[in-house]
Amino acid sequence: MTPHEAQAELLDEFDIFDNWMDRYQYIIDMGKQLPTFPEEWKGADTKIEGCQSNVWMHHELREGRIHFYATSDAAIVSGLIAVLMRIYDDRTPEEIVATQPTFLRALGLDKHLSPTRSNGLHAMLGRIYQVAENEAA
Amino acid sequence: MSAFSDLTLDVVKVRADFPILERKVHGKPLIYLDNAATSQTPRQVIDVFADYYERYNANIHRGLHTLSDEATAAYEAVRETVARFLNANKRHEIIFTRGTTEAINLVANTWGRANLKAGDEIILSMLEHHSNIVPWQLLAQQLGLIIKVIPVDEHGALDMAAYRELISERTRLVAVNHVSNAFGTINPIRDMAAIAHDHGALILVDGAQAAPHEPIDVQALGVDFYAFSGHKVYGPTGAGALYGRAELLEAMPPWQGGGEMIKTVGFDGGTSFADIPHRFEAGTPAIAEVIAMGKALDWVSNIGIGLIGSWEQRLLAHANDRLRTIDGLRILGTAPKKAGVISFVVDGAHSQDIGLLIDQLGVAIRTGHHCAQPLLKHFGVDATCRASFGAYNTPEEIDIFADALERVIGMVR
Repeated sequence: MTPHEAQAELLDEFDIFDNWMDRYQYIIDMGKQLPTFPEEWKGADTKIEGCQSNVWMHHELREGRIHFYATSDAAIVSGLIAVLMRIYDDRTPEEIVATQPTFLRALGLDKHLSPTRSNGLHAMLGRIYQVAENEAA
Repeated sequence: MSAFSDLTLDVVKVRADFPILERKVHGKPLIYLDNAATSQTPRQVIDVFADYYERYNANIHRGLHTLSDEATAAYEAVRETVARFLNANKRHEIIFTRGTTEAINLVANTWGRANLKAGDEIILSMLEHHSNIVPWQLLAQQLGLIIKVIPVDEHGALDMAAYRELISERTRLVAVNHVSNAFGTINPIRDMAAIAHDHGALILVDGAQAAPHEPIDVQALGVDFYAFSGHKVYGPTGAGALYGRAELLEAMPPWQGGGEMIKTVGFDGGTSFADIPHRFEAGTPAIAEVIAMGKALDWVSNIGIGLIGSWEQRLLAHANDRLRTIDGLRILGTAPKKAGVISFVVDGAHSQDIGLLIDQLGVAIRTGHHCAQPLLKHFGVDATCRASFGAYNTPEEIDIFADALERVIGMVR
């Protein structure tokens, strides 16, 4: 599945719900399925600032593909991590850089989770693109 | 029982003054419980802006024309209003500022620079907002001052025995808040002022959180400086006031230079400064905002600050009763004397999640460190949820808030 297809699939899933409380519940439940994040990966270099909760993001480059691992102590941010993983995890740096985060607007996340709410979504996205650009260089 | 105790606030009438309370958020009626950050504004205060700009917008103090005269009169009348609100002895003891933060910075940069030297001590408290910490840290770095901090007990009340231990003849200033913004603790300012003065120190009080909730009497409290912000007392942002005892203000050098604050200006060393209060009001002030702040204080006086305070105490008691029944919820700040502020954390539910989700249900609360990081760190948390009440809140709103809180906690756990 391409990043584009992953975004389209997320859109279909979100479309099932007719209100944002249910969408948030869906996001939170996705976050609960995140794999465990090893304590030793938590450091100053993996910490993402700009969020009311604590977020760490670790990545590894294997066979030309970037694997992201992330965790948060907040439920919605954990869910957003899960959303981001479906689009950006296990991709080549070039694929990531070429993927516009159109899902933000399409899902309505831009309105509900705008940068001014300091929820960390935009800081996490920034880190993902930064990692991809560094690895592509 | 006195006749007064039968009086309660007519909340329906109060609410009718606030157009914003008609608004819906995410399709739900707005329940605004972030009053400690900023209060909403009654129609009478909002109307000041249109009236000012439509009828008498002008620069103040030196104009001879009618508009300038009317604007000056309206602006200066607010000095009288603020003096009455704080029970200051003289109207020129009131200096208009952008708010509490600017008022504290003004004292630090004028009285502080003129009177403090290396080795002098300033006493702050663990309850302080960053705005009553950082100006003193900046000054301490520059002048070599020593900052001491009054600790709090497990209820978030100041440890008065420790205060008596910390204060000495080396103490030059005690700078504390009247009411804690993070926990709502009401501090014993009158006692603290007497102790400060016994040791030859002055006392500055950050009254930002007290002014909306209880009658302030700077003379009875015996304070030297008292600051508050208009936007927390149903007024607009951008206007606040500093009270300072006249003999202190008179001896203080200017801070910001510019128009308004001079007597004469010459390039030959002939610049001399205006008398108080104008010496500390350089440049064109926020004229409409100050006039609107005056209207807000009138609005509060018409309702009765005592009545507002006792209404908020009822709301606080009701919120305490409701929140205490929620599983895993811990209230931070349980001092015997509190204003209408309730700060809490919930096991298994991050404050950020609670804040975002409860907003979906139309409820506005604050989450985060509340600009009081040292205090929260002391209590072992980096964020709390905070609900804070105003004159227009109702017990029914608190029920909706508590139900919403239970619902969102259930979603996260």
